[in-house]
Amino acid sequence: MGNTAGMRDMAGMRETAAERRNGSWIFWLGGRLARLAALLIAVSAAAFFLVSLSPVDPLAVNVGQAALGSLTQEQIERLNEYWGVGIPAGRRFLAWFGGILRGDLGLSLLYRRPVLEIIGEKAVNSAFVMAFAWIFSGAAGVALGMAAGARRGSLWDRAITAYCMVISGTPAFWLALVLLLLFAVQLPLFPVGFSVSVGVEASQAGLADRLWHAALPALALGLTGVSNIAMHTRSKMLEIMESDFIAYARSRGETKKRLLFGHALRNVLLPAVTLQFASISEIFGGSVLVEQVFSYPGLGQAAITAGLGSDVPLLLGITLISAIFVFAGNTAADLLYGILDPRIRRERRKGALL
Amino acid sequence: MREKTLALLLLSLGLLLGAAFLGALWEEEAAVVDFTRKNLPPCREFLFGTDWLGRDMLKRTAAGLSLSIRLGLLTAFAGAVIALALGMAAALLGAWADRLVAGLTDLIMGIPHMLLLILISYAAGKGAAGVAAGIALTHWPPLARLLRAEAAQIRTSPYVKISEKLGKSPVWIAREHLLPQLLPQFLTGLVMMFPHAILHEASVTFLGFGLPAETPAIGVILSESMSYLMTGKWWLAVLPGIALVVAVLLFEALGQCLLRLTDPKGAHA
Repeated sequence: MGNTAGMRDMAGMRETAAERRNGSWIFWLGGRLARLAALLIAVSAAAFFLVSLSPVDPLAVNVGQAALGSLTQEQIERLNEYWGVGIPAGRRFLAWFGGILRGDLGLSLLYRRPVLEIIGEKAVNSAFVMAFAWIFSGAAGVALGMAAGARRGSLWDRAITAYCMVISGTPAFWLALVLLLLFAVQLPLFPVGFSVSVGVEASQAGLADRLWHAALPALALGLTGVSNIAMHTRSKMLEIMESDFIAYARSRGETKKRLLFGHALRNVLLPAVTLQFASISEIFGGSVLVEQVFSYPGLGQAAITAGLGSDVPLLLGITLISAIFVFAGNTAADLLYGILDPRIRRERRKGALL
Repeated sequence: MREKTLALLLLSLGLLLGAAFLGALWEEEAAVVDFTRKNLPPCREFLFGTDWLGRDMLKRTAAGLSLSIRLGLLTAFAGAVIALALGMAAALLGAWADRLVAGLTDLIMGIPHMLLLILISYAAGKGAAGVAAGIALTHWPPLARLLRAEAAQIRTSPYVKISEKLGKSPVWIAREHLLPQLLPQFLTGLVMMFPHAILHEASVTFLGFGLPAETPAIGVILSESMSYLMTGKWWLAVLPGIALVVAVLLFEALGQCLLRLTDPKGAHA
């Protein structure tokens, strides 16, 4: 979804212009925080509105129709109260939102523990997968994009472009299934699921064990994430290789290695890093699918459990936390854009003087 | 070159329509259970093998693809119409409408797509309506932005300015001046939305938030196959998945061809 990243670049540019007028980092930070607050309020309201529309009866899902029949009226009422059935949506929203303002995301109905505690636990697991996939897709994407863009129409170019086209049409969860089949079932090199070996307490598991379990899910996520960044890097690379300064460097007799790593790499890196930060939303979405395939107990799987089991506080909590992550990624992209590009940096400094 | 593009366009369109038609035709046969032929690996009679109930996987896959294509058409069309309406509203109705659409875009892009689809599906009580609403309501931002920019540009041209001075309503201007010019981009955007719509439908269904388990959807097939992978029944997952990827790539090719044919810059390339 290249458009997404492109649009975020545009948003970044707008920020820069606004910043030039205000001229100060404090204003910039304040503006960003205000935007975050507005976004979070909107996300909470929209997400709450959506779940309150749901016709799903949490009792029927979690207690079961058969079991409900054998319960007394009193027990059903108690259960209704626990799952929030029958309380007007407006009052539930105010109670929930008031909690958020105090930093309390409520209690998970399925796990019977504070939502924040569960999110923290699952986020650590997801972090292994997402960080690995994020770094892998970034590094491999830039490398492939540079190899493809170095010479238009070369064998490398055609092969890499074809790979990116096919992989962008491949659902991450299916690739995860195929990897699972190949490297866990046919060739049992990796575990078939979970975040630590069976029978090992999560807190006791060593780093190696955790990485070993995160490897396949991360690979599935990373391989699908490559295509976007590789294709953007490729087109940037083609542009650079046809530019005057490369022609000049070439005519000076500089080696191909220096052309690529001395000149092109710096120019390619900026959009790549920006794009990578702006793609956190996609990595998160992909991890939901991949974690499901590998029964990997991360945030994504928690979201699915919450959605299927009508655990509204947990589902809303994960939505809010992930929105903060996406926002942080976009902000980091904007910031890095300024730090890494000397032209924008200079403009910012000039702006600060005005 | 133009002939080649046109040929590729017709070829992918034909293949997709063929799959959609064949799958709809096989929908009944795909559900036939026959224990005398269960768990067969791919062979000449059953190209995609059979599952643990002896159902023909080729027919199930075709039925699933057909369902995906039809649902993809419906949802992409709904999504594109939303994009068109919001794009034109943002361009014509003044600054507040523009800001409102931008805010909606920020909201939708601020939540990871998969999570938003889960939320909307949950809101609609899961099932086909849930996926359809989810896909229609979350795929419009890129196209809306494109159409908004185009519409805003058309609005600055003299003949639209004259219409405005003559007191024509925004709806009239949208219908008479904007729509005819936005149509090619709308159609291309619509076709470009298909692959995403189909992929997301399969994904949401795979997670258990989409089409119900008794439908022969690709997401259901792949999610069921997970219980049989450990015993080496690879064909249950691999072949339907490949079929899905091929369908998505055909849609992608269709979109690219349309883009090349309607883009004046590319007409001579």
